[in-house]
Amino acid sequence: MEFIENYLYYIASFGLILIGLYIMLVKKNLIKMIIGLSIIDTGVNILLISMGYLKEGTAPIFSHKDLLPSRMVDPVPQALVLTAIVIGVAILALALTLTIVLYRHYGTLNVRKIRDLKW
Amino acid sequence: MRKIISFILIAIIAAGIFFSLQEIPFGAAKSRVREYYLDNGIEQTGATNIVTSVVVSYRGFDTLGEVTVLFLATIGLSAILYREKERKIKKRRKSSLILYTGCKFLFPLILLFGAYIFIHGHLTPGGGFQGGAIIASGFLLTMLGCWRWEGFNRNRFKITESISGLVFVVVGLLGLLYGGYFLSNYLPKGVPNELFSAGIIPIIYVVIGFKVGSEIAGIINDMVRSG
Repeated sequence: MEFIENYLYYIASFGLILIGLYIMLVKKNLIKMIIGLSIIDTGVNILLISMGYLKEGTAPIFSHKDLLPSRMVDPVPQALVLTAIVIGVAILALALTLTIVLYRHYGTLNVRKIRDLKW
Repeated sequence: MRKIISFILIAIIAAGIFFSLQEIPFGAAKSRVREYYLDNGIEQTGATNIVTSVVVSYRGFDTLGEVTVLFLATIGLSAILYREKERKIKKRRKSSLILYTGCKFLFPLILLFGAYIFIHGHLTPGGGFQGGAIIASGFLLTMLGCWRWEGFNRNRFKITESISGLVFVVVGLLGLLYGGYFLSNYLPKGVPNELFSAGIIPIIYVVIGFKVGSEIAGIINDMVRSG
């Protein structure tokens, strides 16, 4: 029980990553595979943020004088995730665009029916 | 068969994660660079939001690279979706009066909120990336809710995006001239917690806000136009 309380964020983030990986491996519809990719993205972001967490820490913003630097969470993973979210949106849009073109060309989204794209 | 193989694969990965996770404590300070940024951040950059000073000042070159990734994704998207002859857009029913009025009322407010978010990026939680995403959501609202279902002129988004990217690089190169290295903070830092402080950080974050906003709005516009 203590393990779950201490590692809740890690469990949630790796749970999301594994769920997304399972979706990408098993599903045949391309849209569903892209949803899996997006879930993996979310899991990685939560993992990075929870790595930088400090117990009872505040946000790294000196908005007034009594905030101590030793009680603030790590700003570096937050800065990384900030850009990673926006880039995740752009990658998602690019993947969906490729899916649109594939659908125009083959008339189906099933990976098994599209030639040269099965495993 | 495929399901069983992938399930075994995922179980192996999960076991590996489980054993390595026990070595990483949750909620404890891990990196020494955190202390350096938190202790010296305000003196060296002048921004009270340390995340902003990491994004724009300490790792500004990294941010330039990430903005370039975004630019390449947008260019690839429009290149893939491009058709020589644009498909004729079907005449759509006009939206109802309530939807139209609400949309017209909300659009400038959303733009204002996005601008507030990226102008105050060095003081409050926020910044160019978040403000740009909010502005793009305003454009999405107009495309879905009111008068511009057929989409905007895509050249305007491209021009805004290119100019703001150019300003970012030029500000960085001026740092090479005045401060000695790329993206150095050569403007006066001012008093912390005031709007006009932190040297070039607000300028770069405003530029990033314009760039991200026009890029995401351009992505949505391309997808709407190609149908």
